[in-house]
Amino acid sequence: MEALGPILKMEGIGKSYFGNRVLRNVNLSLGKGQILGLVGENGAGKSTLMNILFGMNVIHETGGYEGKILINNREIRFDSPFDALEAGVGMVHQEFSLIPGFTAAENIVLNRESTIYNILVESFGERMKTLNKAEMRQRAKSAIEKLNIELKDDTLVTEMPVGHKQFTEIAREIDKEHTQILVLDEPTAVLTESEADILLDSMKRLSGLGIAIIFISHRLQEIMEICDKIIVLRDGEVVEETIPAETSIKDIASHMVGRNIDSAFKRETEMIDNSFSDIILSVRDLWVDMPGETVRRASLDIHKGEIFGIGGLAGQGKLGIANGIMGMFPAGGKVIFENSPVTLNDPRSPLGMGLAAVFEDRRGVGLLLEEPISWNIIFTALQMQNKFLKPYLGGLVKVRDAKAITECTRYYIDALEIKCIGEDQEVKELSGGNQQKVCLAKAFATRPKLLFVAEPTRGIDVGAKRVVLETLKNYNKKYETTIVMISSELEELRSICDRIAIVNEGKIAGILPATSESTEFGMLMLGKVDNGSEGEKTS
Amino acid sequence: MSRKIFTRDNVQHFLISNAVPIIFILLSAFAIPVSKFSGQYLVQEMLVRLSRDSFLVLSLLIPIMAGMGLNFGMVLGAMAGEIGLILITDWNIMGIQGMVLAMIISTPLAVILGWMCGSILNRAKGREMVTSFILGFFMNGVYQLVVLYGFGKVVPIRNPQLLLSRGFGIRNVTNLEGIRKCLDNFIPLNIGGVSIPVATFLVIALFCLFVLWFKNTKLGQDMRAVGQDMDVARSAGIEVEKTRVISIVISTVLACYGQIIFLQNIGTMNTYNSHEQAGMFAIAALLVGGASVAKATIPNVFVGVVLFHLMFVVSPMAGKYLIGQAQLGEYFRVFVSYGIIAIALALHAWKRYKDKERARRSLRGNA
Amino acid sequence: MKRILQFIERVGWPRVIIAIFLLSLFIAAPFVRVRIDASISDTLVRFGMNGVMVLAMVPMIQAGCGLNFGLPLGIIAGLVGAVTSIEMGITGLAGILAAMVIAVPIATLLGLGYGILLNKVKGGEMMIATYVGFSSVAFMCIMWLMLPYKSPNMVWGYAGAGLRTTISVEGYWDRAISNVASFNFGEFFYCPTGMFLFFAFMCFLIWIFMHTKTGTAMTTVGSNPEYARSAGVDVDRMRIISVILSTVLGAIGIIVYQQSFGFIQLYMGPFYMAFPAVAAILIGGASVHKATILNVVIGTFLFQGILTMTPSVINSLIETDMSEVIRIIVSNGMILYALTRVVKVRS
Repeated sequence: MEALGPILKMEGIGKSYFGNRVLRNVNLSLGKGQILGLVGENGAGKSTLMNILFGMNVIHETGGYEGKILINNREIRFDSPFDALEAGVGMVHQEFSLIPGFTAAENIVLNRESTIYNILVESFGERMKTLNKAEMRQRAKSAIEKLNIELKDDTLVTEMPVGHKQFTEIAREIDKEHTQILVLDEPTAVLTESEADILLDSMKRLSGLGIAIIFISHRLQEIMEICDKIIVLRDGEVVEETIPAETSIKDIASHMVGRNIDSAFKRETEMIDNSFSDIILSVRDLWVDMPGETVRRASLDIHKGEIFGIGGLAGQGKLGIANGIMGMFPAGGKVIFENSPVTLNDPRSPLGMGLAAVFEDRRGVGLLLEEPISWNIIFTALQMQNKFLKPYLGGLVKVRDAKAITECTRYYIDALEIKCIGEDQEVKELSGGNQQKVCLAKAFATRPKLLFVAEPTRGIDVGAKRVVLETLKNYNKKYETTIVMISSELEELRSICDRIAIVNEGKIAGILPATSESTEFGMLMLGKVDNGSEGEKTS
Repeated sequence: MSRKIFTRDNVQHFLISNAVPIIFILLSAFAIPVSKFSGQYLVQEMLVRLSRDSFLVLSLLIPIMAGMGLNFGMVLGAMAGEIGLILITDWNIMGIQGMVLAMIISTPLAVILGWMCGSILNRAKGREMVTSFILGFFMNGVYQLVVLYGFGKVVPIRNPQLLLSRGFGIRNVTNLEGIRKCLDNFIPLNIGGVSIPVATFLVIALFCLFVLWFKNTKLGQDMRAVGQDMDVARSAGIEVEKTRVISIVISTVLACYGQIIFLQNIGTMNTYNSHEQAGMFAIAALLVGGASVAKATIPNVFVGVVLFHLMFVVSPMAGKYLIGQAQLGEYFRVFVSYGIIAIALALHAWKRYKDKERARRSLRGNA
Repeated sequence: MKRILQFIERVGWPRVIIAIFLLSLFIAAPFVRVRIDASISDTLVRFGMNGVMVLAMVPMIQAGCGLNFGLPLGIIAGLVGAVTSIEMGITGLAGILAAMVIAVPIATLLGLGYGILLNKVKGGEMMIATYVGFSSVAFMCIMWLMLPYKSPNMVWGYAGAGLRTTISVEGYWDRAISNVASFNFGEFFYCPTGMFLFFAFMCFLIWIFMHTKTGTAMTTVGSNPEYARSAGVDVDRMRIISVILSTVLGAIGIIVYQQSFGFIQLYMGPFYMAFPAVAAILIGGASVHKATILNVVIGTFLFQGILTMTPSVINSLIETDMSEVIRIIVSNGMILYALTRVVKVRS
């Protein structure tokens, strides 16, 4: 598609959150009717960049941004998403924003309905205008036509397949008359293959009508198929700007994850060859229904005593694996721990067999915010292993042993360097890093044989990060605890794990030794499956 | 291939979604012959109750549309109406003018109370029904404070017949003889011994048209959106909080008029009790008519009023002839009134829980 | 000054206002010729009477089931126990024991059904609790008329069948608990020590329970059900246990209440009885999802204090009976305040 002069130009965009720089000197330009593919790992800055473009409140509330945005060569500064909408920027998010009981037409024109004046408007205001239903349906029909899909405007959202819901959202943006730029954030994630093809077709048609599209996706085949330009973000900077004809999947992957030797975590420990020790956890055909992190079919073997990493892009399912095995979400398949089957969908089974987990949702699942540190640390051990209870009346009544609880809490406060006023302080008052340490302590207090740790260093300061990773390494060495670490930070995984599995689209795309080149991991993340079958690739 | 209306699935679906009214019809079918009431008597009674109670029940429709659930706070509107009636009785303004004047005076009060109720409910999102329920009790206390202590002292009342012997505070029973049946008899009609309050029905019909028209306005559409998903509505730019408050204000004002219509039919007012039952019976009637906490239509209103009051009228006599104690029948109807609300609330909460689970699954398909 | 404001903010303005109000009533009492000793005695008696029913709120709040507006369910079990005990003609402490022994199993059964229902309606517990309470009271009205009780003390005279609305317990177990170790001080001061001892004993039992494994799990469920689930707790089971506990305490509570009050109130008597208990615990500092035994003690004392003092003092002051109105405004106002508190999450 021939560029006619940039409709959107972002110059020198930068952003830092309280001293933590997430975007640096990002430049991009987009012409009328061009499709730009935006690729990057989690945390690379894609969402922040789009939030800036869209004028989201979170940007203003944290100090604004640097640089200039020009639309049609005029500098603009959006104060809210509604300003962006006015200027013609539309965004389709991953989570659907539809009213379930309304028809497609009603959703497409939501809060921009066609209305007819009547006399009551004089005394009761604008909102007393009656709806012009015929015109509303007409608008919906023409928006749907532009997408060239089979969707009846009077279908209720609740009766639509997932793909149609996505199309309704896009139709809504198209109906907005001034839409010139459309941002699509992982739109094909929920679609079947045929639906994805239809969507890519629609996008081409839209670009033919002059709408510029920013297409965020990690499915490289799609990017290569329809984009006019590709931009790769890494650690907040544009590391590559290219066109499909001049690049390859490997090329993009290496730009996405490759890093200088200097900036990477140094690998301190010797890599231990664990391939001869016993398999402690065997997973076959696991599926997990965790919203946002669906696992479709995962199979892997973990050796006793190893530190096993699970990585992948957000939403691809890596978080679902641990959650499913620990019984937190509906799951199915076969999981064998130490030669005994683990009952799925019942947290007590894995807990009772010696598995433990530190979940990524610290505040939601991992902690009791309004209870003291002591309670948080000892509860699982108390519940599952009857620790910290003192019997009275000849064992008739077992009451909490306050002394034992205090002792144990103080031990962990010391060992993990938890900064607090005392063991009775409410957990909600601790910083993120210290809260994470409490979660770790809770898991360690059960003396697990295998420990899942999900996103262990997300949102915590550098000092706490070090303590957390050191602690994991120590427990692995001293107590031979098998550690399964799930993280979006590839370098972190590569620095302490023995092997790393990459999850893509709910399946294991491949398992590599940690010392493999990051590019190889990058390619697995982008959808390249190993020759032969999905699964192990031996070094 | 011919399409039968009465397929097994269709019949099953119809029975389940209309379970409550069907049970009530069966109960009434059983109890009516037992109670030994004549058909003509029952028809007259039902006509009276339709004209008297429908407006109150109709006032519940709009909050349900806006996702606020059952508006137990309609009691506040009833109280506003009663204050209006006390004042016009004191000023001795009779007939239809008195009733209309009462409506005019109490409207601003109802708007203020409705606005207050709506704002409080916005602070208790997710707990609207309990909060409006308790608010009703609380405002009852305030009402008593004003009417039992303020009227006569702070608010001047000229007619000593309205006041208690101690000189201030309205009596327990306020005589509304001046406006009794003023609307009902405005257009008299008598068919075969059954008198029909035409004017009242006209007012009700007018109001039904208003509700239907309102759904087609932008405000009505906004309310429907807010009622289904507040977050989506908000991100589309709809002023969610304001819309919710407006729905409660409308409901309160309508409840105010409804209570006035109710009382003009009865002719006397239990100053401190009339409004208490107004809320409870209206809600019970709506639910009996097949409405739920999330969805209510105009047919629900009328079917509900008839069925509920049929059971109400028939139970004491049925109890007397069946078991020998009329008292039993009375307690039975109280039990049914509360029980039906409990069932409707339970069904709604259960369904909401199940819907959330189902929605989660449809968002991300399993490949 | 700042620390006082911090304290008030933590405790909440309504509680502070109520406490000051009560204090001023006590101070004003002698000036309007209301006897202080009689007032304190009355307050103490009412405190003991209502304590256990307020305690009944704690398990369900802690388990995250909300405020127990369905307390009448437990009360009904207690009424059946009391009435049956009188039918059997047992007097004194034995009569009370008999009443409790009959009431507790009934309360357990009712609590089980109630708990199963609440588990199916998570998120809408309070409203359903209210109407379950109301419907069961109405249902029992029918039952009281029909159950085959015969004791002449209890049934209608002329019909010979059907229980009366109010039944006196004089001659059976009137004040049986209160009189244990009680003492008088002058003509107007009566201290029902027995009731306090019993209340303290019940508090102690609940305190112990809350420190057992089950009690700890229950509190955790109320604090964060997902955390509890991830730690292997059967959330639904814990909720049911809390409901059973609340219902049983309600049954025991009404028996304590009746032995002090002197009368058993049937039919619509228990209809609104949940509300004073709910208001009391909220006044004592509890919220919709957290309650301690201290909340029970403070709240019952403050609430009953106001109920006792307002009629006597204010009525003497302005020569009108405003007690009913004040009771309605204070109790419902407090519940309203608790319902509209937005849970503030500090990051």
